[in-house]
Amino acid sequence: MDNTLPSGSVHGASFYEERGHYRGILSWILSTDHKRIGILYLCSVLTLFGAGVLLGFLMRLELITRGPTIMGPQTYNEIFTLHGVIMLFLFLIPATPGVFGNFFLPILIGAKDVAFPRLNLLSWWVYMAGAVLAITSLFTGNGPPDTGWTFYVPYSLRTGTNVPLAVFSIFVLGFSSILTGINFVTTVHRLRAPGMGWLRMPLFVWTLYATSWLQILATPVIGVTFLLVIAERVFGIGIFDPAKGGDPLLYQHLFWIYSHPAVYIMILPGMGIISEIIPVFSRKVIFGYKAVAYSSIGIASVGSLVWGHHMFVSGYSYTAGVLFSFFTFLVAIPSAIKVYNWVATLYKGSIRVDTPFLFALAFLVQFSIGGLSGLILGALSLNVFLHDTYFVPAHFHYIKFGGGGFAFFAGLHYWFPKMFGKLYNKKIANYALLISFIGFNTLYFPMFLLGLEGMPRRYYDYLPRFQPLQVVSIVGSWILVLGLILMFGNLIRALFKGEKASANPWGGATLEWQTPSPPPAENFEKIPVIEHGPYKYR
Amino acid sequence: MFLSASSIIGKEIDSVLLLISGICIALFAVIIFITLYFVIKYSRERNPNPTDIEGNPPLEIGWTVLSIVLVLFMFYWGWTGYRKIKTEVPKDAFVVKATAQQWLWSFDYENGKHTNVLNLPVNRPVKVTLNSRDVIHGFYIPTFRIKQDVVPGAEKYIWFTPDEEGTYDLFCTQYCGLGHSGMLSKAVVMSGEKFQEWYSGRTEVPKVALAAKSIEVMVEEGKELYRTKGCIACHTIDGTKLVGPSWKGIWGSRVQVISAGEQREVLVDEEYIHRSEFEPQADVVVGYPPVMPPQKGLLTEEEIKAITEYIKTLK
Repeated sequence: MDNTLPSGSVHGASFYEERGHYRGILSWILSTDHKRIGILYLCSVLTLFGAGVLLGFLMRLELITRGPTIMGPQTYNEIFTLHGVIMLFLFLIPATPGVFGNFFLPILIGAKDVAFPRLNLLSWWVYMAGAVLAITSLFTGNGPPDTGWTFYVPYSLRTGTNVPLAVFSIFVLGFSSILTGINFVTTVHRLRAPGMGWLRMPLFVWTLYATSWLQILATPVIGVTFLLVIAERVFGIGIFDPAKGGDPLLYQHLFWIYSHPAVYIMILPGMGIISEIIPVFSRKVIFGYKAVAYSSIGIASVGSLVWGHHMFVSGYSYTAGVLFSFFTFLVAIPSAIKVYNWVATLYKGSIRVDTPFLFALAFLVQFSIGGLSGLILGALSLNVFLHDTYFVPAHFHYIKFGGGGFAFFAGLHYWFPKMFGKLYNKKIANYALLISFIGFNTLYFPMFLLGLEGMPRRYYDYLPRFQPLQVVSIVGSWILVLGLILMFGNLIRALFKGEKASANPWGGATLEWQTPSPPPAENFEKIPVIEHGPYKYR
Repeated sequence: MFLSASSIIGKEIDSVLLLISGICIALFAVIIFITLYFVIKYSRERNPNPTDIEGNPPLEIGWTVLSIVLVLFMFYWGWTGYRKIKTEVPKDAFVVKATAQQWLWSFDYENGKHTNVLNLPVNRPVKVTLNSRDVIHGFYIPTFRIKQDVVPGAEKYIWFTPDEEGTYDLFCTQYCGLGHSGMLSKAVVMSGEKFQEWYSGRTEVPKVALAAKSIEVMVEEGKELYRTKGCIACHTIDGTKLVGPSWKGIWGSRVQVISAGEQREVLVDEEYIHRSEFEPQADVVVGYPPVMPPQKGLLTEEEIKAITEYIKTLK
């Protein structure tokens, strides 16, 4: 790989050429350079994303006819479980912090590396260990878990499938997430360049900071919960199993105390990417910097108090339902403020509609639909109607994939020239985005309508009246896959055949654009001194 | 709405749905319209010189306050229906006990009637108490707009007033394993008189008479049980493999089973079918998952006989 990539600049060798003590693959998997670790994460998370897409594609295809089409119900149930586990724990949670956080956080604050480079490498290794365990769980025991990614008890205690190993793999992945969080929090606190006050940090750094706190504080809860699930299965101690006097709702609370904040771990850094892209392509300072920065902290704090909105029909207390709905509506406000500020930034800008900006627009449309449909689900009586129907997968795919996933793609197209020193074909990238956007909406919008028609989720088979919308959605999945293949094919081609990128192809003002593309091993020849905010273009 | 509501609370929920989704669609339209308008109006060609605007406190306070008012408004309207569902069960509600198990529903009435579909009188409040025999299920009737998880070890309830006669789908909405999507039933809403006629009618065919039944009657009963007891979710009668072996041609055949870890061959006869119903894990046919729930307490001896007679006819 080293030989195919160009040297970054006349000033010195890029980080691709500074191999450190090792050669070949070892120069990657034993490197403590945050940029190399970022690339390691990129390769790992994209491989698993590919696997997740394939599973999602098969899952959709199965539903094109009623009854068995290409698989039996057991396989279908295993596939939707794996699709969820892979996409959430192995792709979305580590993706943006692991790839762009690692690569750009130190550069954006004018540092040479993260605070604990060896710990950083360890968190990638722990991530890989978790991924290997997760894959092992497919082929050992009685096969992959068939519980859904939520592992609800008592079903997950009774199924014969390989639940213990699968939840243990998520336990291990949690460690990786916590280590990254600790590293980033310390880095932001201690390693900012001289002059970079908190209010001069790029907004992506603010979102990583908020996300890191969530990773540190929320992840241990899922670790404890899954250890209890394992103990329950192995020793039958009766904490969750009602047949032994346990309480299944306790499990749901513990699970969502982590897994709801986890949704913000997935989306917050994506919001940060969008906050970087919009000012650059409008060539003006972001509107309401403080509001955008503090709203990240607001989302992380209030977002930690809304887990119970997954349980409105679980049979917990009426008061709990009212409180959780109230907080759910409150958490909409900081998200809405971010959207208003992005739109206001466009006002009186000088907008260049370039590829990363188009990705940001697609994000804005899809994230808005996702967020607003969340208000429908957050309203108590409407939730009683729509919970556990197709309306819910429609809503969260708009947030997590249409929002988080597309923000990741936006970041990839924004920072690709910096990371690899190459330019991709923008025309093909724009077409790929258009096809993916059409595919995405054809795939997921009909699911809102299926939900309103009352079709429950996680159904292997369905009533005839649901078929027309299912078929539309399935055709959407084909279009989306086509768009994704084109998108990634274009980027892979650019790695080998792309034109050489200049240091600052988009005219950005943040620090990463002041280093060569790709950056040298130590990022800066001299640690910069910061004299103004991050979005000063003139 | 695509699927019209057929309960009083359902109609209220529909108005709230219309109100809240109306607000959401309007907000979406405004955000996207302004975005596109700015993108076109302030394109680099039309506006080469941008103006830096760091913020505008009155505008920012304005949209924050407006957002707070809007979300509190929506929160309130969502709450009203939930309050009715959760706290205002009428004292004179007609009570039915629903029991969920992998993967079928059954309903018990106060006078001892037992059904697999939920029979209800129109225009009378109904309270359904919910019990699960195994894992968590979800009781959901979309046209009534109500749903409640059915949690083992803790009785839950839901209430509503059906206000239109008809037959409506009843689904399980909490994922419960292999047969989840086949865990369906119906809610049948009848006029008051028709319901009374059914409710006060002869409870069941007297059990003593069953022995004297002709084979033909038993076959017909077995056929009915196949559908209503949920066998149909896993066993076909046309030779197609589902979760469990098809019943077609199985009678009198020899099958390979796993019994306590050992593989052996057994003849499908009365004894084998009886054992498969009451202790399904004792002999599991090779190639199928060991997931059949034991039917002890769910099927009577007479019912197993009827099912056996039915299986005999499936050549």
